[in-house]
Amino acid sequence: MDVFSDLANGFANAFELQYLLFAAVGVTIGTFVGVLPGIGPALALALLLPLTYGFDPTGALIIFAGIYYGSLYGGAITSILLNTPGEAGSVATAIDGHPMAKAGRAGPALATAVMGSFFAGIISTLGLTFLAPLVANLAKSFQATDYFALMVLAFVSVTALVGTSIIRGMISLFAGLFIGLIGLDFLTGQQRFTFGAPELLGGVDIVIVVIGLFAIGEALYGLARLQFAKEEKVEFSGRIWLNKAERKRVWKPWIRGGFLGFIFGSMPTGGSEVPTFLSYNLEKRLSKHKDEFGKGAIEGIAGPEAANNASFSGVLVPLLTLGIPTSATAAIILSAFQIYNIQPGPQLFETSPDLVWTLIASLFIGNVMLLVINLPLVKLWIKILDIPKELLYTGILVFGILGVYSISGSLVEVLIVCAIGVGGFFMRVYDFPVAPAILGAILGPMMETQLRRALSISQGDFSVFFTRPLTVGLLLVAVAILVLPSLLPKILPKRHDADKVGAE
Amino acid sequence: MRISRNVSRKRRLAQWAAPLAAGLLVLTGCGGSGGGGGEGGGEAAAEYPTEAIQVMAPADPGGGYDMTARSIARSLDEGGVIETGSDVYNVPGGSGTIGLTQFVGENAGDPHQLMVIGKILVGAIEQTDSQVDLDDTTPIARLTAEYDAIAVPADSKYKNLKQLMEDFKADPGSIAWGGGSVGGVDQILVAKLAEAVGIEPSKINYIPYSGGGELTPAVLSGDVDAAASGLAEFADQIAAGEMRLLAVSSEEPIEGVDAPTIIEAGYDVSIANWRGVVAPPEITDEQRAAAVSMIEEMHDTEEWQQVLEANNWEDYLMTGEKFSEYIDQEDKDITKTLKDLGIVE
Repeated sequence: MDVFSDLANGFANAFELQYLLFAAVGVTIGTFVGVLPGIGPALALALLLPLTYGFDPTGALIIFAGIYYGSLYGGAITSILLNTPGEAGSVATAIDGHPMAKAGRAGPALATAVMGSFFAGIISTLGLTFLAPLVANLAKSFQATDYFALMVLAFVSVTALVGTSIIRGMISLFAGLFIGLIGLDFLTGQQRFTFGAPELLGGVDIVIVVIGLFAIGEALYGLARLQFAKEEKVEFSGRIWLNKAERKRVWKPWIRGGFLGFIFGSMPTGGSEVPTFLSYNLEKRLSKHKDEFGKGAIEGIAGPEAANNASFSGVLVPLLTLGIPTSATAAIILSAFQIYNIQPGPQLFETSPDLVWTLIASLFIGNVMLLVINLPLVKLWIKILDIPKELLYTGILVFGILGVYSISGSLVEVLIVCAIGVGGFFMRVYDFPVAPAILGAILGPMMETQLRRALSISQGDFSVFFTRPLTVGLLLVAVAILVLPSLLPKILPKRHDADKVGAE
Repeated sequence: MRISRNVSRKRRLAQWAAPLAAGLLVLTGCGGSGGGGGEGGGEAAAEYPTEAIQVMAPADPGGGYDMTARSIARSLDEGGVIETGSDVYNVPGGSGTIGLTQFVGENAGDPHQLMVIGKILVGAIEQTDSQVDLDDTTPIARLTAEYDAIAVPADSKYKNLKQLMEDFKADPGSIAWGGGSVGGVDQILVAKLAEAVGIEPSKINYIPYSGGGELTPAVLSGDVDAAASGLAEFADQIAAGEMRLLAVSSEEPIEGVDAPTIIEAGYDVSIANWRGVVAPPEITDEQRAAAVSMIEEMHDTEEWQQVLEANNWEDYLMTGEKFSEYIDQEDKDITKTLKDLGIVE
């Protein structure tokens, strides 16, 4: 097949010693970047874009891929060890990752994240290699009603995040939905909840919500707790490798997460937030250890981390095949292409095959590097937990606020993140789950946009949601996920494993 | 590094002030078609710029404002127009009005500050109730224009603009138009098309998208029946045969583009998405004339001409007082259209 010879060529280009070195450097930089709250892959690549002017395209793209994968994994490190994800895509990882770390299982948690990232990265890069045109065509056929149904499906995953109290979970969700409403209404241009402040016209950046609720909120909470209680030393068992029981529990979530991440990443809505939350929801429903979720279930790390990493290759599908950047990172990679005078789009594979296949080969190499470099470093990262808590939390506060300032360059945004952080602090004090707020702030605006777009196109006719087979199918799946778990035990009272059947 | 270069340049400038001033005088004299500054203007031009030119792009890096700002700075530097260096900075938010507010508020009377503006900002000022508007600035020059394309999916039944417009006229709501954000150039173009065939703008079924990345899939999936957006946004899909280009919004046919203008297709509508630069308020007439000369000289550099060609920007130069009048005219025109559309009261 053509694909194989093209890919072989790509590897031949990417397999020089200097490029391997670039990949290693990229992954290392990326991991550090991911550890700092607020400095995500998009910002890191934007900052480093000028540095690559002196590089050839292959070298630049290999460094970029390395930084990207490294930063995704770096986000998992802080999510797991400190409960401070810096990006929306790592929020789901923190839900079970941090409890695992607190229980002394930080080693396996980090190992699960890095290995899951590797496997999922390989799965989705294979998907990009062999399925790109197919997936692009599928994504191209999606209409507003289908997106709306997808968003409904994603909202269903809220149920997996609410924790012990539904009322608290819902209040948190609605707080997030409210934050999502702030700004100019996209359809009419009316201002909503901007209170006359021009800084709010563009809405509140989701990264600011994440840093506020998690990094700032967690640091304030941690510092406050130190006032009342003696520092609780997190014990670390010293074990890094997964034991047999854990291995058995993680490989399926890795694969499922990989596919979810790739497919959702390829959609023109793009991004890693939706697939990570969906993956968390899916794993909770499929798991035999539902009671462990929220308290340190290893599947709750394996699935979302795999989805997070896999979404990147997914995002490249519409970028390379249609010339459509669907995330901030993709937009920066697009401008990197343009620096080399290459326009991604339907004709890219014919006009610049060398570059495309080298990029794809570099994704494989980047993933391998990630594993090779970061697995041995797990022990080192865990040392973060030995840092005295006062210093650590103060550091998080400083870096979180610096991160926000570096994104926005605006003092107003810094004040907003502090306000949200104080909100996050009180949510922790009164035991409100934080993740639903993030989900609401992300999904609320997306769902509203697609709903109103669909209705606007149909001139107010609601039947559009019931006439397209794809829309109907997705809505039915969403309903099934909501209703079946409570319904099935009643229908099948005798079956012992009713839950499992219901989920499948 | 940047700073040390500036410092050394300043020192050099001090040493060679006299011959340099003479040289600049000659240069500005050559390019000087700006409104009658007379002798005073010439003298001021010789003393300008005395420090680095700061160019603000009122948006995130990567977009049209940003590219324009960076291209201006590069052409000024590398084209040898100025010796003092130039810097670009971004102030995103509020569709450009946050940048405008900061620019006017902080830089009054400083002729070394420039800001990139454009047609979209004129509408955004109305839409966001901005306290500061373009009357508060000192317009220097209009520089570039980009044109909109009207496109449909490749399998659309509309083969030309006339067919589309006939259905649009018969039942305005039946055509779902896709385009950029509310109140932007694309929506204004659709509103003008509607007016040209006697449709009330409020009857238009216009669906805004955040940019080409969102709009293109919506056209390809058949969500919208027709779309208006920058020609560059659709160029690749048109070349690949995924979209059909029905018309372009320029006054004259565009070289290398295989489609008629809207005027040629029979509707008296044209629209240019222009961009230019303004200076802060309260600068003297002499300072304004000097800045105009500087931009005119930049416009003539090879570097700037290459920028125009590389980005497919039309050369759309207009300077000084004429540009001020143009902005006033645009403001009236756009405000009226936005009122017709019900976007502003």
